[in-house]
Amino acid sequence: MTTATKRKIRVLVAKPGLDGHDRGAKVIARALRDAGMEVIYTGLHQTPEMIAEAALQEDVDAVGLSILSGAHMALFPRVIAELHKRGLTDVLVCAGGIIPLDDIEPVRAMGVRGIFGPGTTLDEVVRFIRDNVRTEDTA
Amino acid sequence: MTAPATVAAPPTTADLAERLRAGDRLALTRAITQVENRRPAAAALLRAITPHTGHAYLLGITGPPGGGKSTLTTQLIKALRARGERVAVIAVDPTSAISGGALLGDRIRMLEFYQDNGVFIRSMASRGVLGGLAATTGEVTRVLDAFGFDWIIIETVGVGQGEVAVAGLADTTLLIEVPGLGDDVQAIKAGVLEVADILVVNKADKEGATRLVTTLRGMLSLAHSTGWSPPIVKTIAAEGQGITELLAEIAKHRAYLDTTQQRAARLRTRLRAETLDRAGDLLLARLTALLDRDPAFAGALDDLAARTVDPAAIAAALVAQLGA
Repeated sequence: MTTATKRKIRVLVAKPGLDGHDRGAKVIARALRDAGMEVIYTGLHQTPEMIAEAALQEDVDAVGLSILSGAHMALFPRVIAELHKRGLTDVLVCAGGIIPLDDIEPVRAMGVRGIFGPGTTLDEVVRFIRDNVRTEDTA
Repeated sequence: MTAPATVAAPPTTADLAERLRAGDRLALTRAITQVENRRPAAAALLRAITPHTGHAYLLGITGPPGGGKSTLTTQLIKALRARGERVAVIAVDPTSAISGGALLGDRIRMLEFYQDNGVFIRSMASRGVLGGLAATTGEVTRVLDAFGFDWIIIETVGVGQGEVAVAGLADTTLLIEVPGLGDDVQAIKAGVLEVADILVVNKADKEGATRLVTTLRGMLSLAHSTGWSPPIVKTIAAEGQGITELLAEIAKHRAYLDTTQQRAARLRTRLRAETLDRAGDLLLARLTALLDRDPAFAGALDDLAARTVDPAAIAAALVAQLGA
């Protein structure tokens, strides 16, 4: 009974755009699950609208975007705009994959708060999400 | 959109009930979270929406993992949307007993409706509850009902044989069977077969489908009659075949429930069970507090461990104390 009332962190793991490499996204999804989170994985080739709509319907605390195609500067602002359009201003947005050093500050400025490149440990990702998701009940 | 600071702060829980009744999808999704987590705001919310529930038709879909539940759900959504009806889906997946986490993957087969406001799909983790649903699935259906959906499809975790909770919740329960999973004896066992209103033999193009239909028909002919004999519908969900026939059988079952007053009777049974469940929760919380904190029971665990009393005696004393 008490286990049902404990708050679980919900995370959407999504792959925006056209690259077909989802090994990393699946590893992350599994790691977050093993850390006790509820993970919704939506698969490859997601548009910003699809990602934001899934984030809304699933009421996730965080969205993790995995991207290896180089289209992050074009896609991330659109994902964030679509999230905001739906009132999801309190959702933590993170990104993983290949994001060149020069792009990290601009991506952060867009509102992507966690950026995880190659070499990041799974523990770091888990801890970052735990420490940075919304805490109070907002609706 | 590079300055998130300019965006309005997220709204509060205070007027969730009103906002979701007005069609606000953000309010709907946040309300479901409140209810799913049994947050403090949930009780007032459910109280406020209760008079506005009762419109939606609840369709349960259960069956073995990989049997095609999500694919069939997708086809049903398509067909119902073509008739202009609004459809919500609750897709339940298992929680890991080890980590408490869950990977919710049913949605991946239902992505095509993302631009359709008449569809809303929510994944739920079972959170340790057996029976194929989560503890709060029933309450979440009420939130979706109050929002105004015409249909609520409840897809259970992939079930074995005993997961029959969905039949207690849904108006019509579909059991999906697929060829090649077991011999005739599997079908004789008690369990989901007994509670299904309609049997769906999916992947009907696979070898063994005809024999499965024959076996199921044989099983059903032995069951004692309740006035409704579950039809068997063959589908190939991946190709959309058999969906029209399935919807026709669902409509027949719905008409049967209505003409025999059974829908109302089932609702009363369901509400009675939920009331007792919630009463049990409240009682258990009070009994737990008594056992753990009341001075009268300070030595109870020592006595139990010393085997001078048995658990039943302490339990009776706890209940007596509650009534005192």
